[in-house]
Amino acid sequence: MRKLLLTASVLALGAMTMPASAETVRWARNSDALTLDPHSQNQGTTHTFIHHIYETLVDRDVEGTLIPRLATEWAVKEDDPTVWVFKLREGVKFHDGADFTAEDVVFSLDRARSDKSNMRQLHSSVDSVTAIDDYTVEVKMTGPSPLYPNNMTNTFMMDKTWTEANNAVTVQEAGSQDDNYAVRNTNGTGPYVLESRDPDVRSVMKINEDHWAETKPAVTEIIYLPIADNATRVAALLSGEVDIVQDVPVQDVERLGGTDGVKVTTGPENRIIYFGYKMGEEPLKSSNVTDKNPIADPKVREAMHLAIDRNAIKQVVMRGQSVPSGVATPPFVNGWTPELDAYPEKADVEGAKALLAEAGYPDGFTVTLDTPNNRYVNDEAISQAVVGMLGQIGIKVTLASRPIAQHSPLIQNSDTDFYLLGWGVPTFDSAYIFNDLIHTNEGDFGAYNPGGYSNPELDAKIQSLATEVDIEKRDATIAEIWATVQEDRVLLPIHNQVLAYAMKDKYQLDVHPENQPRMYEVTISE
Amino acid sequence: MLAFILRRLAQSIVVMAVVALIAFMLFRYVGDPVANLVGQEARMSDIEALRDRLGLNDPFYVQFGRFIGNALQFEFGISYRLQQPVSELIVSRLPATIELAFASALIALVFGVTLGVLTALRPKSATTAVIMTLSLVGVSLPTFLIGIGLIYVFAVELQWLPSFGRGSVVDLGWWRTGLLTESGLRSLVLPAITLSLFQLTLIMRLVRAEMLEVLRADYIRFAKARGLSQRAINFGHALKNTLVPVITITGLQLGSVIAFSIVTETVFQWPGVGSLFIASVQVVDVPVMAAYLMFIAFVFVVINLIVDILYYAVDPRLRVQAIGSGK
Repeated sequence: MRKLLLTASVLALGAMTMPASAETVRWARNSDALTLDPHSQNQGTTHTFIHHIYETLVDRDVEGTLIPRLATEWAVKEDDPTVWVFKLREGVKFHDGADFTAEDVVFSLDRARSDKSNMRQLHSSVDSVTAIDDYTVEVKMTGPSPLYPNNMTNTFMMDKTWTEANNAVTVQEAGSQDDNYAVRNTNGTGPYVLESRDPDVRSVMKINEDHWAETKPAVTEIIYLPIADNATRVAALLSGEVDIVQDVPVQDVERLGGTDGVKVTTGPENRIIYFGYKMGEEPLKSSNVTDKNPIADPKVREAMHLAIDRNAIKQVVMRGQSVPSGVATPPFVNGWTPELDAYPEKADVEGAKALLAEAGYPDGFTVTLDTPNNRYVNDEAISQAVVGMLGQIGIKVTLASRPIAQHSPLIQNSDTDFYLLGWGVPTFDSAYIFNDLIHTNEGDFGAYNPGGYSNPELDAKIQSLATEVDIEKRDATIAEIWATVQEDRVLLPIHNQVLAYAMKDKYQLDVHPENQPRMYEVTISE
Repeated sequence: MLAFILRRLAQSIVVMAVVALIAFMLFRYVGDPVANLVGQEARMSDIEALRDRLGLNDPFYVQFGRFIGNALQFEFGISYRLQQPVSELIVSRLPATIELAFASALIALVFGVTLGVLTALRPKSATTAVIMTLSLVGVSLPTFLIGIGLIYVFAVELQWLPSFGRGSVVDLGWWRTGLLTESGLRSLVLPAITLSLFQLTLIMRLVRAEMLEVLRADYIRFAKARGLSQRAINFGHALKNTLVPVITITGLQLGSVIAFSIVTETVFQWPGVGSLFIASVQVVDVPVMAAYLMFIAFVFVVINLIVDILYYAVDPRLRVQAIGSGK
């Protein structure tokens, strides 16, 4: 009898804690979050995971627009253009029950911009953060920073008391010896609570019943499963062992779309794939033209631009999964226009040859192209296609393909003549592109401008963007900069990457431009 | 005997040191770990500071010396990728690899020896011909193809077995095992078969060749002449004498099964040390790679040592030699 009672009460308890319709989603992607410390790594996979547990002040929806999250509104202070005022959401609680207040925001922002944090570059123009009252925070900038909220979409809010009590105030530093409580434990305000974590194997998150949002997520439990091998990941979906697959290989998109019970959603990622080249006067180290740099001649760059058939790359290499582009920025980004994005429908081989001859290279020249082979979708295949296309106008390209771990030092050390790179724009503003890719490589600027392009006039304009508060004026400057960049053919854009998520067909999940799908946005049809 | 073991131990230490040196030299060509550690927005000054902090700007011999010093204390640093002590990581991943390795070794041994004996005793039968042909296929297909093929047939099409992972595990405190749950056992089947196929073929062919040779030997003929039963001859005398090389190969192969389960573990997302290694290579997680290579060298050294000692136990001639030469 006693046993029966016990069983009954256990059952009752189970029924009570179970939501009306428990819905578990098994979510597979190619790698795991690197850490649970929200400010330790600035990396997409890690952010995507943490967004389910911790929350940010502002967020970005699938259209790429900024939306309120823990902050309900934000604006520049009326009498001081260097201060941002954030109004916080009231009644928000951390998973351990503590209230979310301005103190926590001050603490979190200070932690995120501390020395050891990998997030600090995004907050480098912050001077100080102050709590005005329980639900108002003022962020004082070192100068006018009209786009600062754009930088906050991956800066998560932690509980000051919890973090201090667990000695996790110092951010876990990459590669350092000291461990940190927050690397393996969480206490966020997010829609899910971490239930268990086994890095690289399986993490489980349960719905947070006390979350502030009015509509509860359809998904009540998330089982997160990193599966590194492409074929295995796809097989797991086909065999029904997982429900949603991120990082779907391009070659499987069509096949999965045609499979019963499975559907694929695709959408452009906020990432441009482009080629860059050395433009200084010094001869290229990999070319047979040894007395000068042929690519320094704008006619040669124009010829290369004309020789590339972007539509062919889309059809053949990307199997339709790309958005060909004529400008080195994705359409989400402030400053993009359809005019800038125009590109030749077909390669103009004759025109390109004529330009090369005009520049003094009727027989072309040789150059080495450095390409990563494991970073972007079909990166090596894109480069192979370009080798063929440039070959048609007489430029003989040798392909040097490396894993990204070896490729990126080449870029950072300016040790390449011609290279493929992809660029995501987390701030959704052109200034982010200009700072690193266009500005002269000096100091904090031009870290990814190994080609030696340098235009002092442009540099001044780029720097002015950071503090310009007049949005119209600022946009005009951006347009001017793009005009020069396009005219000088500083970069050779190819396309915007397209992302695909595959899932069982009762689920609906749109592609997020930053590849950060949120399981609480999944809708389920019965 | 003791002198023999001591000498082998000394050799082993030299081997370990050489492996450490080569491994460490190789890492200088794998790429720049810092590129993976920092985000896209990182400033050059931050990157340089991080390189300094990790000691990557020190000369090679300083880095190597530091590595050896730490390795002697079983201290391999913190994984760049997972932010956890490397020794802890490897220890926590080992049970999965060891269970997989032993399961596949068991399959290889049981089926290898059985089929080997079978094909040796009936060298001319049609079954033997079929088995021998199939074994050629098994030996020449790459592991990842076999793995993907098995996944396709048994997981995707038939949906009998899971395609990835280890299923649910039971934590015994110091060992997390998948052998005690149904889903754990089911998960083990496909990767274990994949991993065993090559060894199975090898053992089978070895047993068959040895057995055929032994069956022609004089003492077998004498045994027959003495009127011993076929069964006693085949299993009591012939098989026993084919086992010395089989022990060697099995021992050495067990090492390589553990070491090279990398492909199988990757294909099946088996959470062992092999998939840990692959994930580490992709982001140039040097501490994990170094520790893993040292670990593998250690496994091989230990297995070789055990195999040598087993020879002593199995083959009396070696003991006689040792005594005779004063060792």
